[in-house]
Amino acid sequence: MSPLELILEPLQYEFMVRALAATTAAAIVCALLSCWLVLVGWSLMGDAVSHAVLPGVVLSYIIGVPFAVGAIVFGVLAVALIGAIRGTSRVKEDAAIGIVFTTLFALGLVLISVTPSHTDLGHILFGNVLGVSSSDLIQIGVLAGVAFVALMLKRRDLTLYAFDPTHAQAIGLSPRRLGALLLGLLAVTAVVALQIVGVVLVVAMLIIPGATAHLLTDRFGRMLLIAPTISVLASVTGIFLSYWVDASSGGLIVLVQGGIFTAVYLLAPRYGVLSRLVIARRRNAGDPAGAGGPTGAGGPTGAGDPAGAAGTAEPARTAGAAGPRGEVRIPTAPRG
Amino acid sequence: MSIEVSGLTVRYGPVTAVEEIDLSVRSGEVTGLVGMNGSGKSTLFKSLMGMVTPSAGDVRLAGSDPARARRRGLVGYVPQSEDVEWSFPVCVRDVVMMGRYGHQGLTRRPRSSDHEAVAAALERVELTDLADRQIGQLSGGQRKRAFVARGLAQGASILLLDEPFAGVDTRSEATIVGLLRELAAADCTVLVSTHDLHALPQLADSTILLRRRVLFHGDVAEALTPQMLGRAFGLDPLTRELSPEEAR
Repeated sequence: MSPLELILEPLQYEFMVRALAATTAAAIVCALLSCWLVLVGWSLMGDAVSHAVLPGVVLSYIIGVPFAVGAIVFGVLAVALIGAIRGTSRVKEDAAIGIVFTTLFALGLVLISVTPSHTDLGHILFGNVLGVSSSDLIQIGVLAGVAFVALMLKRRDLTLYAFDPTHAQAIGLSPRRLGALLLGLLAVTAVVALQIVGVVLVVAMLIIPGATAHLLTDRFGRMLLIAPTISVLASVTGIFLSYWVDASSGGLIVLVQGGIFTAVYLLAPRYGVLSRLVIARRRNAGDPAGAGGPTGAGGPTGAGDPAGAAGTAEPARTAGAAGPRGEVRIPTAPRG
Repeated sequence: MSIEVSGLTVRYGPVTAVEEIDLSVRSGEVTGLVGMNGSGKSTLFKSLMGMVTPSAGDVRLAGSDPARARRRGLVGYVPQSEDVEWSFPVCVRDVVMMGRYGHQGLTRRPRSSDHEAVAAALERVELTDLADRQIGQLSGGQRKRAFVARGLAQGASILLLDEPFAGVDTRSEATIVGLLRELAAADCTVLVSTHDLHALPQLADSTILLRRRVLFHGDVAEALTPQMLGRAFGLDPLTRELSPEEAR
């Protein structure tokens, strides 16, 4: 069978076309949002919110309102509870997150088990991208569109919030409001993604693309291009793989994303583990070319300028100091 | 009087961080803020920035309500090095452009006037050649200059700097001191918290010694006398022993 047939044969089926459309939309908004989440340090918060929306989604199903409504209510509730527990007891934040999101997730599981048509709702847990209906697709499209537009309109403010919330405060913007916006978009995006890969794996789509892109560039604008590209490629590949090997589509989507992250983590031109070893070895050997390294996004430097020359010795050292975390930061509180 | 603080008290639960602070920081001057760790310098800055709610007292910036002064873009802030994520994917120019956000529309799309202001600010701090560098790839002093440039691009008339000389090379320190002097000469209000007592006479026109309360506010030379510093840092110069409060 030719490679072209491998791609074209599944496309004869309408469910595959819908699956690919839904996956692409979800992959794009998840990846965009992930760029901010990994930089703010909200990976664990993303995990928490994406699990905590489950009871909201189930209740929405029971009442008959759009999933996003319940998801946002419970997403916000989860964050409020986490903040309240941390602020009013000796329980630390990571413990508070663990308690709140597992409890809400458990509530969702119980609600699913007592709701008559629980076969439908079971798909929320592990995703059911191959079973996406036309109305699901419309909902995914609308939510993804809303999140996309909001992210693009406020992208500079959100980046400022992630980089320096104090400056945002200083110029009269409200870091609290920007944090709330990011949180609301997180809840909406979680709803989009949970129909693709399921509640359990949503967090992968909300972290891996941004973390991968951060290893490849020093420009936030480029992260916003690289992350969705990687995410869409990985997700579409995962869908095709699931068609041909007849395995879990959500699982394969995340596996492919994880595989790409691993490759980038090892091989990225500047911040990859291997290239940092090479740079360090060259520097130890006294080769001055090693210090400058493959500059990548470093761009033109002030050659001949003393400040520039002084700075050139800096990058490798700084990168070395910042790098080993693999750039998935230790999660912290939502600010503001 | 460009920063006015009256009766400011801030408590975090049972801990009183600052108590009954009265201050008038003049425009056209550089004012040094000196005190040991935990003396309330950060709390005072946070109060000026509206990031903590005071238990009592009042802050006014440029003669108006602080929130209003901030919205008008009058307040510039240069953060402590530890508060910045240096691996963040922004270049120097991006950071300086953030100073212009208050002047821009909903999406903060830069106009030509914004680009001009950023270029002029970079020129003044001598970072034009490094404008496209990722911020973490600069030396300690260059990083500080980038943040000062952000305040310049913003056109802030009140500039708050938190430990700007920590880990900074002498060339950058001289550049920053020169810039702050120029800003003061242009009638800005410059408040600098610092541990660097040696640089204080060249830098500041007056000095505040803080130890939960304002111990002293006035002439730099007077602030740097052993008696004053002893009180501020908790070492009684006469007995060469820790003061009773400190020994506990």
